[in-house]
Amino acid sequence: MTGHDHDHHHHDHDHSELSETELRVRALETILTEKGYVDPAALDLLIETYETKVGPRNGARVVARAWSDPAFRARLLEDATPAIGELGYAGRQGEHIVAVENTPRLHNMVVCTLCSCYPWPVLGLPPVWYKSAPFRSKAVKDPRGVLADFGFAVPDSTEIRVWDSTAEIRYFVLPMRPAGTEGWSEQRLADLVTRDSMIGTGLPKQPHEVA
Amino acid sequence: MEGAHDMGGVAWSGPVLPEPDEPVFHAEWERRAFAITLAMGMPGGWNIDMSRFARENRPPEEYLSKSYYEIWLAGLEQLMLERGLVTADEIEAGKPLHPAKPVARTLSSDGVAAMLHRGGPTQREVRSPALFAVGDRVRTKMIHPPTHTRLPRYVRGHVGVVELLHGVHVFPDSNALGQENPQWLYTVIFDGRELWGPDGDASVKTSVDAWESYLEPA
Repeated sequence: MTGHDHDHHHHDHDHSELSETELRVRALETILTEKGYVDPAALDLLIETYETKVGPRNGARVVARAWSDPAFRARLLEDATPAIGELGYAGRQGEHIVAVENTPRLHNMVVCTLCSCYPWPVLGLPPVWYKSAPFRSKAVKDPRGVLADFGFAVPDSTEIRVWDSTAEIRYFVLPMRPAGTEGWSEQRLADLVTRDSMIGTGLPKQPHEVA
Repeated sequence: MEGAHDMGGVAWSGPVLPEPDEPVFHAEWERRAFAITLAMGMPGGWNIDMSRFARENRPPEEYLSKSYYEIWLAGLEQLMLERGLVTADEIEAGKPLHPAKPVARTLSSDGVAAMLHRGGPTQREVRSPALFAVGDRVRTKMIHPPTHTRLPRYVRGHVGVVELLHGVHVFPDSNALGQENPQWLYTVIFDGRELWGPDGDASVKTSVDAWESYLEPA
């Protein structure tokens, strides 16, 4: 499940070294194309969309807007789907989005224990660790242990709230704005927002990290 | 079903291993497997719960040893084989051997943006009042269906509190079998000690999203 060994040969493949899986996917695409079920140009566009257009930069812009604009923040926490739509982000795997806000007393973390549900329009496709057995099993029972795996901790007095995405509601975390960013533009603020801070397995960068 | 996919709280996992600067895909075949899976949804006509069941409904040793996109691929092959869109001898031969089956629609590159923007909303019209309100104590039912369900094992039989109402949504257990049967959907929150006993972390609260028929008053 963890995307291990079979993925480590892609940088030097030539046709004689194609793995069984590579050959199977290539053959399947040929069958589906020749039968007229798929259009290779559509496949290319799907890949390009998720490699270059839909990713955590989208979510970072949403968070930066919420940090800068109290009325937007209120709309985001009230009903995130239309609020996110104001920035042009919507659709597949983000049809029903809920934004949850971190505070000094509450730290949110998002998981999908049953598969890999993740808010694509704002975060893109999930990383391998998010889909892996260690995260899916541990997040709901020992989220502090998960945070330790990511190299940080929240105070014992802070409640941890884990959202298991078992339905088509997609959760994403509004992290706390770092101190020392007063007067920053939305664009500068967005540079502080990491993907992991919007899943709840990380924190935003500090101002000196993006100087 | 009681599959290896239902991972919440199981004890056999090691540390979470984040990958610095992780790429979106790790190999060209992952790109193609991802794209053909999304594109085949249109001619295939299956829904998201049918896709999930096709991925999770396999022996634990297979589910746990395959990588993520290998499972997607296995699920896609299963769905296509069931519908006769491809045949086992074609997959074996790696080329088409039989005429294509007529399909209602396919995805053209012109249609990609609209298909992604539309997504697959699961919210449906409200036809009956919600049985539960925010703050109600509810117990999740102890069910073990052999078919698809989205009630994870680790919350079954436990008492939680209704925290959010999400309206009426397509019910996955029946949707995987072709019937939407929409129901009220709730976020139900559980204390760490309720789920994990005295060793549970009292400073942790965990929620699932649960359809009305998963719940009874507590």
